[in-house]
Amino acid sequence: MSDGRNDILGGIRKALKRGPLDPAAAHALRARLGDPQRNLLPARATVLDDAGRIDLFVAMAEEVQTTVDRVAGLADVPAAVATYLASENLPAELVIAPDPALDAIPWGERPLLRLRRGKAAPGDHVSVTPAFAAIAETGTLMLTSGPETPTTLNFLPDTHIVVLRADQVLPHYEEGWSRLRARGPMPRTVNFITGPSRTGDIEQRIQLGAHGPRRLHIVLVDGKTG
Amino acid sequence: MDATSHAFKSNAREALANPTLQTALGMAKTGFPLKRLAAIERLPEFEALREEGKRIKNHTLAHLDFYLEEFERNVVELGGQVHWCRTPHEARETILAICRSVDAKTVTKGKSMIAEEIALNDFLEANAIAPIETDLGEYIIQLRHEPPSHIIAPAIHLLKEQVADAFRAAHTDLDPARNLEEPRTLTDEARQILRPKFLAADVGITGANFLIAETGSSIIVTNEGNGDLTQILPKIHIALASLEKVVPTLEDAATILRLLARSATGQEFSTYTTVSTGPRRPGDLDGPQQFHVVLLDNGRSAMLGTEFQDMLRCIRCSACINHCPVYAAVGGHAYGWVYPGPMGSVLTPQLIGMEEAGNLPNASTFCGRCESVCPMKIPLPKMMRHWREREYEAKLSPATYRQGLALWAFFVQRPELYHRLAEIGMRVLGFFGRGRGRFRALPLAGGWTAVRDMPVPQGRSFHSLWAERQRKAAR
Repeated sequence: MSDGRNDILGGIRKALKRGPLDPAAAHALRARLGDPQRNLLPARATVLDDAGRIDLFVAMAEEVQTTVDRVAGLADVPAAVATYLASENLPAELVIAPDPALDAIPWGERPLLRLRRGKAAPGDHVSVTPAFAAIAETGTLMLTSGPETPTTLNFLPDTHIVVLRADQVLPHYEEGWSRLRARGPMPRTVNFITGPSRTGDIEQRIQLGAHGPRRLHIVLVDGKTG
Repeated sequence: MDATSHAFKSNAREALANPTLQTALGMAKTGFPLKRLAAIERLPEFEALREEGKRIKNHTLAHLDFYLEEFERNVVELGGQVHWCRTPHEARETILAICRSVDAKTVTKGKSMIAEEIALNDFLEANAIAPIETDLGEYIIQLRHEPPSHIIAPAIHLLKEQVADAFRAAHTDLDPARNLEEPRTLTDEARQILRPKFLAADVGITGANFLIAETGSSIIVTNEGNGDLTQILPKIHIALASLEKVVPTLEDAATILRLLARSATGQEFSTYTTVSTGPRRPGDLDGPQQFHVVLLDNGRSAMLGTEFQDMLRCIRCSACINHCPVYAAVGGHAYGWVYPGPMGSVLTPQLIGMEEAGNLPNASTFCGRCESVCPMKIPLPKMMRHWREREYEAKLSPATYRQGLALWAFFVQRPELYHRLAEIGMRVLGFFGRGRGRFRALPLAGGWTAVRDMPVPQGRSFHSLWAERQRKAAR
């Protein structure tokens, strides 16, 4: 529908009372796109030191019904996951992201945990994924898609467990964008996740677990036990 | 859908006399505004962010052709496609062709107001493709064969008992004696019914809250996760967006995202903000194999350079709707088309014509709350005033109204005469109304007094009292 394209662009230019941008103006705008500038950043997270930022992240996450368990090191993750599953009466079957970072976790120390690596399938109850980053400002996780981190893990299972390192907690979304650009090209999907799925569509009464996970649990590996 | 905007008055009268609707609206009235207030009180920079959001959108609109071309270039670079559609007809045909390319039988849909605008569901059904709404509110109203009554809470006009009735009528495979008394059980049932439909769909259609020129991404914001299941499971993801959704960079989107959820539901951030860029990458284990952006104009480019350009900053948060006393009284269906409340009163005449919707801008008290809460600082009352002028100039308003206005204009341009006649009028009305306090009916003003009383003037006009006061003060 190239006619539509020309008509629409022509219509816009006519309404703006000009032709296509002259090369110099277009060049300036393109340079601006190539070097994105941050707008106003709320002070909420920028004024904090590392510990304060992590505390803010945890507080904001818990406010929207994310549960957070702080453990000292990766070696503590299997026990923390097993304890969480038992406390929620969940089966000890996990589908985990085929990510080397998660493979470094000594899952074998908990032989009762059954693991499958890959994307989520219907019937999977609990997933475990890494995160790309977390945003302290609103208690938000930032997850990216890739061969090692399929997106279905974030949405299909009833329970989503995220293993997060404390040094991944960033003050704001803008720092997330900067780190993502530094890593390489945009992945197919970037998910900002702030709490478990919810709806207020019936009489504005909030219900968790509308279509995505009913539970969102973070195991925060930060060298301190909480 | 067939618009009934021309019948706003009778729609509104029916809505006011509908006790079920009034109960539902009563529950809705305070929820969103109070939550919004609490959220913005926690963010001292909110006011400054409004200015930034306005600046970003104004800049984008002034260079809209450039940013749309950049957006397209980046979508194509990653293997996606952009379809430029001038009209709802072109958008529908484009979507149908994409669906037919994979012999689609079912299509899951995330919430999209543009899909409502182009009446996509009816069209797909007529072409033997089953559209399945997956947002809980949209699913409910799809079962009830009715349009949304609110742009972010489509079923806000319903009580849970009505939802239960709709579910019993539609989900006939389930135990008829099951308990559906609470939102909890209703939500669980929708989850259970829709999950296999997500898995079976051939095409997923979502809207877009933003298009990012820098990266060729589309962004959706949801709370349920339905939009994500809609786009990651089927072979094809179609993002349906109007062209003013584009912003330059991810940073610009972040700034406006800080305004969006707070203004809409009072959340700090919506549960899911998802950035989708192209189809799945080599090695990815899931995600759509095709990514299409259907870009709709439908009269928007013609708003540029006019007194309605500012409306293109709208991010569809619904704050104006949630704070409108007229909407709170009559609900969304009375507006007779897709977009209700103040933003609808400005947008609808542009999109479906002044003949059909020219009287919607009259459904305002001009109390100004809409503009005061708008995160993009859109001067909604001013634009409704512009529509009223256009309606008057096009002679679409009733003859008696226009004649009355002409008569009033004659006097108001002659202040001496106006004051003298007003003074006489005050005295006459004061005389006849003495001891009564108010008139229940007045000759020549039956329409006005049919629904309200006219207070009896005290005998003197404000102007004469003020003049007397000034004289005394001068002494």
